[in-house]
This record gives sequence, structure tokens and C-alpha cells, in this order.
Amino acid sequence: MDLLSPQLASVADEPYYQPVGDEVGLFEAAAARRLPVLLKGPTGCGKTRFVEYMAWKLKRPLVTVACHDDLTTADLLGRYLIIGDETVWMDGPLTAAVRAGAICYLDEIVEARKDTTVVIHPLADSRRVLTIDKRGELLPAPDDFMLVISYNPGYQSILKEIKPSTRQRFVAMEFDYPAPELEARIVVAEGGVDAVIARKLVKLGELTRNLKGQGLDEGASTRLLVHAAQIVSAGRTPTEAATAAIARALTDDPDMTQTLDDLVRAVF
Amino acid sequence: MTLSGPSFRKLFEHELEERLDQLLFASPSHRSVGRLAAALEPLPRLRQELVLRWAGVAAQTYAEIGYQVVALAPRALELLGDEGFAAWVLAGLDSYDREGLRPAMERLRDIDAFAAERSGTASARFTEVEGRVARFVQGLSGRPLALRAGKTAWTDTDTIFLPEQLATLRHADDNRRLYLATAALLWAQTRYGTFNADIDAAITSLPDRQRALQWLAVLEAVRLEARIADELPGLGVEMAALRGPWPEELGSAMARLGRASATVEDSISLLPDFLASHGVPPGLTFVGTLDPTAARRVRAERIAKETIVLRNALAALKAAGGSRQSGEAVLDIVSGEDGALEVRVDGELVALPPDAQGAAQSLVQDLGELPPEVLSPAGPGGWLPTDKQGPGPELHNDREANCRYDEWDYHRSAYRKGWCHVYEAEVKPGDAGYVNEVGQRYCALIGQIRRRFEAVRGEDRVLGRQPEGEEIDLDAQVDAHIDRRSGAEPSPRLFCRRIRNERSMAAMFMVDMSGSTKGWVNDAEREALIMLCEALEALGDDYAIYGFSGWTRTRCDIYRIKAFGERYDEAVRSRIAGIEARDYTRMGVAIRHLTKLLAARPVRHKLLVTLSDGRPDDFGDEYRGTYGIEDTRQALQEARRQGIRSYCVTIDRHGPDYLKRMYGPAAYTVLDEVGKLPVKIADIYRRLTAQ
Repeated sequence: MDLLSPQLASVADEPYYQPVGDEVGLFEAAAARRLPVLLKGPTGCGKTRFVEYMAWKLKRPLVTVACHDDLTTADLLGRYLIIGDETVWMDGPLTAAVRAGAICYLDEIVEARKDTTVVIHPLADSRRVLTIDKRGELLPAPDDFMLVISYNPGYQSILKEIKPSTRQRFVAMEFDYPAPELEARIVVAEGGVDAVIARKLVKLGELTRNLKGQGLDEGASTRLLVHAAQIVSAGRTPTEAATAAIARALTDDPDMTQTLDDLVRAVF
Repeated sequence: MTLSGPSFRKLFEHELEERLDQLLFASPSHRSVGRLAAALEPLPRLRQELVLRWAGVAAQTYAEIGYQVVALAPRALELLGDEGFAAWVLAGLDSYDREGLRPAMERLRDIDAFAAERSGTASARFTEVEGRVARFVQGLSGRPLALRAGKTAWTDTDTIFLPEQLATLRHADDNRRLYLATAALLWAQTRYGTFNADIDAAITSLPDRQRALQWLAVLEAVRLEARIADELPGLGVEMAALRGPWPEELGSAMARLGRASATVEDSISLLPDFLASHGVPPGLTFVGTLDPTAARRVRAERIAKETIVLRNALAALKAAGGSRQSGEAVLDIVSGEDGALEVRVDGELVALPPDAQGAAQSLVQDLGELPPEVLSPAGPGGWLPTDKQGPGPELHNDREANCRYDEWDYHRSAYRKGWCHVYEAEVKPGDAGYVNEVGQRYCALIGQIRRRFEAVRGEDRVLGRQPEGEEIDLDAQVDAHIDRRSGAEPSPRLFCRRIRNERSMAAMFMVDMSGSTKGWVNDAEREALIMLCEALEALGDDYAIYGFSGWTRTRCDIYRIKAFGERYDEAVRSRIAGIEARDYTRMGVAIRHLTKLLAARPVRHKLLVTLSDGRPDDFGDEYRGTYGIEDTRQALQEARRQGIRSYCVTIDRHGPDYLKRMYGPAAYTVLDEVGKLPVKIADIYRRLTAQ
């Protein structure tokens, strides 16, 4: 036994996903042609849920890695462990996904250390191989393997930009918050509230998005609206839920908090 | 010392007169202070001193205000008490800063209003709710609407005017909410098209224009509140609660105006009846007034401006061409109902620039939909690449300031709001050969600096014997093996881990470009910067260089020499060569501006280094001396609160007395010789950033 690789399972139950455009078809086309996909969009607009849904639809296992600024290549590829007097290789999530022909989703790729892109590049072009230099292994990706990365272009920082050499390997799909009608439907389905409250929450979301760049880094995401709805369906009042799940979640600044409270009061 | 002792006896009239003469002698009115002194004489000594102190503070700002403060002091003290007196003077000075002399005098004179405001605190003032209302309206509309104080509540569709003070309701908090509701109603006038009809034309036939407008404002309020209640139910309920029940005579119109399809035309058509059958319209404060003439003009100007922006953007897209090789590109435009435009060039979907999208949205709000002429690209003759005006190479006072900053007035122990106007521009490039020449002259020194700094540079380190890590630590593994064989307990720490040893440092160099640096100081500064750049390039730290100078508070110039993230290239070098002595040294505002830039850097350590040749100074004597030093100190403290360390390198031998006050005892270096600056500066930086 010199190799451990985690067993990957497919997504069993259909995740709730409300398509907003032709993204499902586009993703299927990319999957059929074995092309990697880049998802961009603000936080909480449904990127991760979309990937889960597509993994379910394509009947492939899904490996999600939330990237952070200390994520190294070893964290993706794997490492040697010592068991007794033996060294055992433990596959990292990316290697496991390649072996299993899974979808590997690297969330917020810009957060990862720059050297991680080196292992992604040969996987993301026509070579489709993973080089594991510690094992001297060149692992060709099976047809079912698919690389998906995401990032949020909203964080305007020169340090957190995705390099052209990386981005030009991907089919890019842009996500945004859904149109009000659609978003309300999502809030109803996910949050378990009636359409009237959902529409009010969506309205509040719109108002906060008007404040983006005027004291708020981001407006309320669909995820936050769903959270608020879930709090309502658990028995709290809409004002209470919106204050806790939306207004307080968005900012610590006292002036901005007041404004958000004013807006919450205006909507409910 | 007791209050009855000789030093606490009351001042006599002639003594007061003498002191007042000193404080107010600059008064242009040359009024005698004798009368003032006589009025102060009966006051107890403590109060006399209080008045004299604040009169001095006020006179520093404007002698006339000082005079006014003394003249009104007895009454103000009687009405407001000692504490209220200080607040009253400060309010007057604040009003002078913002609006000028006349409003300040009026504000001071109106002691009753000030007293009512303080005692009841029932009223709300525009200044205290301004930010809150502005953010609220921004949240509601998306289209920026400016806020201003005005006589009544009204809007010209670009700016919302709100009364200085609201005291309609019993509690201050209710009055603040009334401000919000009033602003929301005015926003609704622009959002739901009150000015989409030609109101002036519609009411010319009516007998009393004034009364007609008043009635129209009320009728529109009914209509708009219904729309608001529809879209923002919470706000609708709140507005209803704040206004109380509608007057009875409106009953007949309520149903018609409450429908979702009602427009301003409905309100206008109801007007004649109301004018004929009901006399004076009900005085509802939050309804505000209408000025259709002003609104129409502003609206027309905005529509014209935004039509140009949109048409230019479309022309640019068309000029950029589509997929077809020859002939004109075909533009296909579909507009959604919220103003979102879908533009296709030769069938391909293209994105409009954000300003054009904003213009389209704004036009939809004004016009209801986008008329075809707006959507035709501007012709080739009229089209300019952009209608934005870049800052010209020459510095003029009539330019729009890039930003404004508060300034600390130690007399008042308060900030003067938006006091300094900052203009940021690039330094005009000088002779790039200069840098090479300096490089050659200091060739050996630069080599030395580079080597020394390369040694400090942060690199990844490998930590051995860790409980986990990306690689096996062979030494640890061998030891563990031996331990196991010999029966000892092996250590579980068998891995090595790479850790980043990043310096994570950003440095901002703030270079004095005041007139006094002319000559060799300027040369030394430039040489020092060249040394620094060499050193910092070797180190890999993030750094920026900005020069500062200025001429009074309305023209504080910041010169960009090297921005963060910019490479040390030919352009930067020629800008260093181009550094020249200019005007004055208003330091506080420069620190505030550069602090803002520095604070935005995503690094752990932030350092602000000032290269200067003297104390803060500016044209006129206001900034000279203690005022400037206190303001600079305050600005540095603000910087510290944002996690920025400051350091000053100066050649002013008198520095220590004021530098200690500004920077603290350990945060400055005084060089006794200008020539040492280039040699020392890199070393100083290394010492500051050693880890």
C-alpha cells in the first residue's frame, strides 16, 4: 500500500438551481468538449450551487476546494505521510478528482498562492495532464475530468487579479444577481416564505445594491436574501430577519448600519 | 486661591476694553469696544474669561464674528449657560466655514432658535441628518441626487433641498424620520414623473399660480405616497403615521390619485376644481413646494447631457465595428423597461460602458422610455472620443477639486469640514539624464545599498520538524527511525513546511516641494529619492512617492511621482528629476490624502515617511505656527488609527521642538547637513523596517 486516494461519490440528490440564462447549455457544451470553465460573479449569486447542479446533471463526482492565501500546490496535489516505517502517498483533492474523472471546483482561485497556477495550467489546455513531481508521476486526465474555477471580479485589488495566461485557458461565464422576478422565485423556493415576503426581500436586496461603492463593498447577495427568508420561515418577523441576516451581515460601519435599518424599515 | 481673592475679582470696564482691543483690533468696522466692555462688566469673572476666550477663538477665524460673539454674549450666556455658550460659538463658526459670513452672523443672532434646539432637542437639523438622508436616497434611487439645505423642501430633479431645521413633531427622532420621509417624497417626484408634464403651461390659465402650485404639491403628495406605499410598504406606513390623517377636502381625489396608473396629469386635471371649491391649501410641511420652472430647466439640461453620453457611446461602438469586414456596422438596440440596454453590433452582443448604462437608466426615469432619437449614434462630425475633460497641465483654482479634507482647528478643538481642496497631478517630467548622472556619481554607494538590502529581502523559509507539512523532513524521519529501533518514543514531528516570510510592507514617501526647498535642499531630496528607489527595488517593498505643496486651503496640490504598483521606470525617473520647489507647506491635508492612498494597500505594515525642510506653513498666517503643527499632529494621529506608522526626516535644526509634538519623540531624524540626506535615507529606511 503506497497510495491513498479518497473515494469520490457523485452528487445524489438534485440540488435546487434556477437557471437565469443559457448557462446550463453552455456548461454542458464545455463539458462535452472537455474544456475548463471560469465562473465570475459577485459573492452569493449562485456560482457554487450551479457547479453542484451541473455535477448532478452530468452524473460526475464533485470536489470543491475553497482557496485561501496559504493554499500550496501540495494541498492540491497531495503529500507523503508516514505510516509505521513506510511512506504513503495521500492524494490531494485535485489529484483525486483527476483519477476519478470528477469535476474539480477551485472556488475563489485568486486567493490561492501564485505557484498553484503552475499545476493548473497543463490541466487546463489541450495537454490535460497533471504533473506530480514528488512521485514522478504524469497523470493524464480522463475525459470525464473537468476543471472549474471561480473568482469575484468585484474585489478590485491588483494583488488579487487573475493572470491572462490563466484566464485565457478557460471558457468564461459571467454570473450576476438574477432579475427581481427570478430572484423572488429563488427566495420562495430556498427560503420557504410566501411570494409577498420574498418580493420585499428582493426589493431590499436591490436597494442595498444601489449603495455598492457608496459605503458598501457589495450589496446583499441572493444568498443573504435566502438566509433572511429562512429566518422568517423559522418564525421570526421579517424586520428582525432582514436586520440580522442582511443589514448586520453587510457592514460594521455605524452610519451604514443606520441607513440599512432605514431601508429595512422602508421595505417592511 | 478663592473666588473672592483679588485675582478673581471682576474685570472693570477699562480692563475689559483693553483686552477686547487686543482681541478684536483687527475688526474692520473700527467700532468702539467700549460699549461691549460695559455690557460685560456686570458678569462674574469666570464668565468674563469665557467670553474673552471664545471671542479670541472666533476673532482668529474672522474678527467680525468675534465682535458679534462679544456683543451677544450676555444674552447668550443668560439663555444658554456656559456650556451652551461654547456650543453656540462653535455652531456659528461652523456655519461660517460652510456658508460664509452672513449666514454665520444670522445663526449667531438667532440665539432663541439655538436655545430651543438645545433645550428641547426636539428639532432635527439638516446637518445632522444629511449623511443619513443622502445614503437613504442613494439606496432608493441608484441615480445620485445631491442634498442641500434650502428654505423649503423642494427638488429641481438633480438636487433635493431640505429645510435647515425641522421641528414639526414633538421628538427629535420623529423629526429625523420626517426628514427621511420628506426626502423620499421628493425623490418620488423625480422617480414617478411629477415633472414629465409641462406644469407651467398647464397652470397658466389658472387664476392664482402660487395657490395652484401649492395645491398641486399636495395632490402630487397623495399620488406619490400611494406609489411609495405600493413599492415600499414600510415607508408608506411611516409616512402616513408622520403626516397624520389627510385633510378632509382631499377625500374626493384620494381614490383617483391612489391608483397605480395615476400620473401627474391626473393631479393637474383635478387642480381647477380644488382651486375653485377649496380656498387655501392645507399647510403640510413635508409636502414641500414645487418649482416647475427650475425643475424643467435642470431636467432638460440633464436629458441633453445624457443623450450626448449615450449617443457618443453608441457611436464609439459603431465606429469600433463589428464582424463584417466592410461597410458600416449595423447597430441593433433593444431597451428593457428599467433602462438596461441590450446592444448588438452586427448581431454580436456588446456591453455599454457603465456611464452610458447609467445615462440610459437616468433617461428612462426622466422620459419613461428611450425615444428613438436618443438611440441613434452621434454623427461622425459631432463625435468626440469622450466628453470628459482631463485636468489641464496648468494649475488653476477653478478646477473641481479631486477631494476635500477636514482640517483640525485647535482653537475650536473641532474639525473644519471639507476645508482643504486637494488637486492631484503628475509631476512634469524633468531631464531623465539627471538620474543617470546621479547614478554614476553615487555608483559605489548604490551598489553597497543594493547588496545590503538584498540581504534583508523576505523569502520563503522551510520550517523543519513540524507535525504536518507538504514534505517529509528526512532528518526528523531518520531520528524517529533510530528512536523506534532503540525503544525510545519517536517524535511525531516528521514534516517540513514552507512558510512565507513576506515583508508585507508598503511605504509612502511624502516629499516637501515648498518654495523653501529651492536649491540644494531640492537637489538633496532628488538624490535621496534615487538612492531610496534603488534600495527599495532591491528589497521588493511596495512604495510610492508623492510631492506636496500648495497655496492656501483651496489649492492643496499633491504631485504624483510614483504611484503604488508603478514600476521604477524611465517615466518615474524623469518625474524625480522634475521635482521642483513650488509654494507652501500645508502638511495636514497632504498627510490625510496620502494616508488614504496608503491605507488602501493590502499589506500588514504601512509606513509614511516625510522628507521636509521645515515646519508646516501656508500663505497667510492662519496655518503658520501652532495651528499648522496641531493640524499636522492630528492628521498623523488619524493615520496611526489606521495602522500607519509615520516618520519624519528633516534638515530643520529647530525641528526638535515641534517635531516631538507632531511625531512623538522617537519618530524623526534631524540631519545637520543637507548633503547627508542621500547617504542616510536608505539606512534610515532599513532601520525603520527591520523585522
